[in-house]
Amino acid sequence: MFDAFQNVNYATVLFGGGLIGLSSVLLFAFNGRIAGICGMAFSLMATSFSNNVWRIVFLVSLVAGSLLYHFLSGAAYPPAPNTSLPLLILGGLLVGYGTSLGNGCTSGHGIAGIARLSPRSIVATLTFMASAIVTLYVVKHLMGAVI
Amino acid sequence: MSKLFIALLSGLLFGAGLAASDMNNPDRVQGFLDVFGDWDPSLMFVMGGALLLAIPGFQLILRFRSKPVLGKRFYLPLSKAIDKDLILGAVLFGMGWAIVGYCPGPAIAALGYGYEDVFIFVGAMLLGAKIHLVTKKA
Repeated sequence: MFDAFQNVNYATVLFGGGLIGLSSVLLFAFNGRIAGICGMAFSLMATSFSNNVWRIVFLVSLVAGSLLYHFLSGAAYPPAPNTSLPLLILGGLLVGYGTSLGNGCTSGHGIAGIARLSPRSIVATLTFMASAIVTLYVVKHLMGAVI
Repeated sequence: MSKLFIALLSGLLFGAGLAASDMNNPDRVQGFLDVFGDWDPSLMFVMGGALLLAIPGFQLILRFRSKPVLGKRFYLPLSKAIDKDLILGAVLFGMGWAIVGYCPGPAIAALGYGYEDVFIFVGAMLLGAKIHLVTKKA
C-alpha cells in the first residue's frame, strides 16, 4: 500500500496532534466542555437547538479547519474510503452505535479522557484500539476483503 | 458570545490538526491499524502530540481551577463505571473504525472534501447512534 517509514513528515503529524491537544485544552479551560466529537454530533439529535448552538459552531468549524489547512499548506485532499457500499454502511452503523453505547470515541475517550487520567477512558481506548487492530487483521488478511 | 468564539477557534484547530496529521485519510488510519501487515506507525504521533499538551493542560486546569474561564462549571461525564456497555461499545466502535478507516471526528471533518461516500458513512453513523438512543429508552 505505502512504505511505512517513508512519505511521512513526522513533524507535521506531531504538529497536527498538537493542534488537536490544544483545541481540547482550550475548550475545556474556557468553556468547561469536553471536545468529544461523537458526543457533540449525537447531542444534536437528543437535545434542543438552543443547547446545541456551540456544538454546531464547533462541528462546522471542524470541517472549515480541515479545508483551511489544505488551502494554506497546499496539501492535497486525502482519498475517499475504498470500502464497498455495504461495508461502508455497516462501518458507519457500528461506529455510531458503538460510540453512543460506550459514550465516547477517539477524541472524547482517547484524548480528553486520557488527559483527565480517567480509568474508564483508558480502558475504552485500549479496547477500541485492540478491537480495531484485530478487526483489520481478520477482514483484510483472513477474509481478504478490499477495505 | 465569547464561548461561541472559543467553540469556533477550537473547532478550527481540531479540524486543522486532523488534516495536518492525515487522520482524515482512511488509508493512513487503516495502515496504522495494520499492525500485523504493512504497519504505518505515524498516527502514534498524533495521539502523542495531542497528549503531550492535553495531559499537562487538563491536569493543571483540574488542579487550579474550580470553574472554567467563561462557564459556570466543568461538564464532566457522570459515569465512572467500567461496565459492559463501555466495553461492548468500544469493541463495536473499533470494528467499524477498522472497516472504513474513519472515527467520528475525521468522518465529519472529511465532509468538506465533498465525497459521496463520506456523507453515506456519516448518515449511517448518526443512524447507528439513533438506534442506540431509541432502543436504550425502550
